[in-house]
Amino acid sequence: MSGQVGLRGKAWFQALTGQTSPMKGDPGSVLAADVRLGEDDARFLCVVPNTQARFPCARRGEVGLEEAYTLAARVREVIGRDSGEKKTPIVAIVDVKSQAYGRREGTAGIFLAAAAATDAYAAARMKGHPVITLVVGQAISGGFLTHGYQANRILAFDDPGVVIHAMHKEAAARITLRSVEELDRLGHEILPMSYDIRDYAKLGLLHKLLHVENPDTPSPTTVTQVQQELIAAIADARSGSTDLRNRIESEGAREWRKAGWAARARMEEQWALA
Amino acid sequence: MSAASMIPAVSIPEFVKRRSFIELDARARAQSLMDSGSWRELVGPFDRIESPWLPKQGIAPQFDDGCVVLKGTIAGEPAVVIALEGGFQAGSMGEVSGAKMTAALDLATKDSENGKKTAAVLLLETGGVRLQEANLGLAAIAELLASLLALRQHAPIITVIAGTVGCFGGMSLAAGLSSYIIMTPEARLGLNGAEVIEQESGIEEFDSSDRALIWAIYGGEQRVAIGVADELVMDDASKVAAAVCEFVKAGRPSIHRSEQVDLYRQRIGALDTSKQIDPLSLGKLWNAKRGAQ
Repeated sequence: MSGQVGLRGKAWFQALTGQTSPMKGDPGSVLAADVRLGEDDARFLCVVPNTQARFPCARRGEVGLEEAYTLAARVREVIGRDSGEKKTPIVAIVDVKSQAYGRREGTAGIFLAAAAATDAYAAARMKGHPVITLVVGQAISGGFLTHGYQANRILAFDDPGVVIHAMHKEAAARITLRSVEELDRLGHEILPMSYDIRDYAKLGLLHKLLHVENPDTPSPTTVTQVQQELIAAIADARSGSTDLRNRIESEGAREWRKAGWAARARMEEQWALA
Repeated sequence: MSAASMIPAVSIPEFVKRRSFIELDARARAQSLMDSGSWRELVGPFDRIESPWLPKQGIAPQFDDGCVVLKGTIAGEPAVVIALEGGFQAGSMGEVSGAKMTAALDLATKDSENGKKTAAVLLLETGGVRLQEANLGLAAIAELLASLLALRQHAPIITVIAGTVGCFGGMSLAAGLSSYIIMTPEARLGLNGAEVIEQESGIEEFDSSDRALIWAIYGGEQRVAIGVADELVMDDASKVAAAVCEFVKAGRPSIHRSEQVDLYRQRIGALDTSKQIDPLSLGKLWNAKRGAQ
């Protein structure tokens, strides 16, 4: 969980799109490209580290104000230009450390920027765009809420370098007054606290865990493999609903979110009577 | 408009006689906003659906998991009020509280689609994800944001942040997606609290013991002054209820703040980031259109 965050994201964005630079007018931290994927032209989006970023707390791959509003703009651009029946797929490649933790961000309302990106991704999904998230590295906290968590389908590499979590390990340890080792042990006892992607997969939130050889360095073979998985996920999203029920009703959710299920069922029962 | 002029003048007898909203717990707050006799609490404490994760970590759960859901009417219109209890685990979102909120929003959407438009009022006193339920808390927030946006296509979402916990973390996105935000001067709203910024970026970035600075940035007056919240009300239950009522009657705005991407992108692009941003100057720069009521 060091300075390497974002490099995998960049490597996979480049491998899948052949592009290395941002679109005109965008900050260096947001890469966007329209690329042929199967029968579709898909829009790929990725947040990458930008040491030259205008905001000093958003230079190491965090999702800050510029990143969030740029993502929102690039997603809304796709929504705006699609008039046909077959909606353009949107692929979010995710390797984000977190949201940007700065005072400038607090003052200028990063909460609204994050909401704007969430709004855009969800709007695309509700309008029928297949929104697919590919987690190749880290997907932490507000960074993931802003970039990726509103997708119809979430794919993640089955690899120890992949971490999906509410808070990065060092911060969680500091806040809960536990050591990192203790946190790891607790993660094995309390599944939702685990930092292991295989434990996360049990919760039923992922569409699929992908085993990819050497995920740090995409090869022609693994790129083709990932493309096929993206195409399959797009087809699956098109055949399903435009909400997030596939997560809530998954087998994993039935097994690991029983209390949530009970609350939901009781709410439906009592709502009808009230 | 200077921030000072936004605080409405209150006479001393009026101030003394008022019923504080902040002093009410989540249940009483929710009840105070609905038409009297119109509401019923759903999945309340007697249903005893509590967090299965807290007892495993030696923490006492609560029978309502800190989330109160009332279905009834406001100003005669169908509405659901969802209130988070800041006094239980800092109002944090866990598996159960998240599922209650998401389910209630989904049912309001279903009713709205069937012709019974149902507004949602969210009383957000929350630090965001409940860290003891970590990934299920974060997933619950992603899901409730999705459900909030589905309902927002039909009916207004009104967020009230009264204090004293404020609205932080992932739940600040719920506020950001709302049609309207009502705050008191005691309330704070932001993605990262000052403590988190200090911890992650150092005390020179944010000294979290500087309470004046915290309120100058996150406080209700400032959030209304820069136009990212809609109405500042004093800590008075009748005034909060009146403001909620007004927004329920107003219905959905033609465009939501979180859809105004070009405007905010341009504003962010125009900021001088070489130094910290002065909150007061930002208020002038962004020129809020709505003052206090």
